Amino acid sequence: MIDQILNLMPELGKAFWETFQMVGISLSLALLLGVPIGLLLFITDKGLFWENKIFNTAGGVLVNTIRSIPFVILLVILLPVTQMIVKTTIGPLAASVSLSVAAIVFYARLAEASLREVDKGVIEAAAAMGASIPQIITQVLLVEALPGLIRGFTVTTISLIGYSAMAGIVGGGGVGDLAIRFGYYRYQMDVMVVTVAVLIVLVQIVQSIGDYTAQRADKA
Amino acid sequence: MIKFENVSITFNTKKATVNAVRNVSFEVNKGDIFGIVGTSGAGKSTLLRTVNLLEKPCSGKVNVDGVDITVLDKQSLRKARQKIGMIFQHYNLIHTKAVYENVSLPMKISGKSTKEISKRVPDLLEIVGLSDKAHIYPGQLSGGQKQRVGIARALANESQLLLCDEPTSALDLETTKSILDLIHDINKKYGITVLLISHEMDVIKSICSRVAVMSEGEVVELNDVYSLFSNPQHEITKQLVRHSLNMKIPEGILGDIEGKLVRVLYRGTSALNPILSNAIRKYPVDMNILHGRIEYINNQPMGVLLVNINGENNDVVNLIHYLKENTATAEVIHD
Ligand SMILES: Nc1ncnc2c1ncn2[C@@H]1O[C@H](COP(=O)(O)OP(=O)(O)O)[C@@H](O)[C@H]1O
Ligand SMILES: [Mg+2]
Repeated sequence: MIDQILNLMPELGKAFWETFQMVGISLSLALLLGVPIGLLLFITDKGLFWENKIFNTAGGVLVNTIRSIPFVILLVILLPVTQMIVKTTIGPLAASVSLSVAAIVFYARLAEASLREVDKGVIEAAAAMGASIPQIITQVLLVEALPGLIRGFTVTTISLIGYSAMAGIVGGGGVGDLAIRFGYYRYQMDVMVVTVAVLIVLVQIVQSIGDYTAQRADKA
Repeated sequence: MIKFENVSITFNTKKATVNAVRNVSFEVNKGDIFGIVGTSGAGKSTLLRTVNLLEKPCSGKVNVDGVDITVLDKQSLRKARQKIGMIFQHYNLIHTKAVYENVSLPMKISGKSTKEISKRVPDLLEIVGLSDKAHIYPGQLSGGQKQRVGIARALANESQLLLCDEPTSALDLETTKSILDLIHDINKKYGITVLLISHEMDVIKSICSRVAVMSEGEVVELNDVYSLFSNPQHEITKQLVRHSLNMKIPEGILGDIEGKLVRVLYRGTSALNPILSNAIRKYPVDMNILHGRIEYINNQPMGVLLVNINGENNDVVNLIHYLKENTATAEVIHD
């Protein structure tokens, strides 16, 4: 058993590195694009400074549509796009395309929700001080929403670890791929067990770091 | 300092059209503490918020320090707002920032340097008595302390005008008093004009010099506080004053009273004695004092007395007439 696991180490290492790549790329994009999209959805809503019903509704519908497509199906739908961007549909980089799309809309909604939690009175106080819209966004909105943004980021990270395993099914590599190849096709249950155990530990670590950071940011 | 000219605001919601402010015109003098009082929904906040244009009037003008704030372009409006401090019922502090950062925010927004900020913030904290709380977060402060942070923040850019939207309505009596005292001190020391709204006459009574009474979007009465208290004209004002004087006689006792119950208001502390003795000498009635106290309004004493008058109908009527002529008001409140 120990031997088998030791034999497996290179495979396991490679798989985790691939998962790390997929999650890393899509998380970075989620942060980079999800926050601005969430912000746009928020400030174009009724009663806020860029109130724009058409944009808000259209954006909301688009985000919801993407979010309601099961990830495996999104993966398949986006294969042509993936082909276009990375010139292949196999491997972690290719899988990152659809993972990123899912991550961006997922995080955009969570970011919007935490912005919505910000006390309207605080925004009004900033407006009363003569703050410009960019100042309100950077010095008040994002600052007040930070704990929520961090919590949302934690949830996104954990969901992405799960999604990336699914990406393995269509040749994305990573731990999902490992589990399928060894556990499902070759009935090596021990590989499955080890993989799952490592995943559990990984998720726990992400959750703990996320909770700790959010708590530090939340001074209330 | 502020001049409202025919200001009206109408809200169109799905359910109804609300005329929140109707054709309001009045002036607030420089250096005054001006109060707006009225029941909830009267339109006080909406009117106050036109002064920094958080609410845009549908018609009318709002002049602040000689400038019509309603026609300013965005840039000028932001500059104007930087000179108008505002405090709120629920403080509206940034929870994720310490007291120091909260107070320095308006200065950062108006482009002050870190050096200027680090010089001014300690002074501001000193003014509001929170020098030791600079690095504490709002979540760890009491309501009164939060409002003090709000006041320090509102003064940060050396505002000449302080707008207060129910600043003490979330505070207990003791804390209310200390916050009102602070606002009063700031007004006296720095000559800052204060426009304060409250649904409580007691708050107005304790610091305002002039007051406007609002009801259903209209200003129904405007006077200096002392005159408003001693001689209320509009029914709403009478109600608010009565509520504030709170000279209730328990129902049980009220039922046992024979004759009339009259509430007498008189100026000063000692002016009443000769009037009462003269009255009894002139008209042969029984007079019984049930309740009495001195109110200080705007630092001027005003006496309030509840007297029970019993006797021949004619004499009683004449005596009440005599009291009406010789005191600020004499009002029959129970027959
Ligand atoms: N943004 C708004 N949209 C619709 N109605 C409003 C809005 N703000 C205030 N109102 C209405 O205007 C009236 C006056 O409100 P407000 O000025 O807050 O009263 P007050 O401060 O005296 O309690 C109320 O009937 C209130 O419901
Ligand atoms: Mg109000």
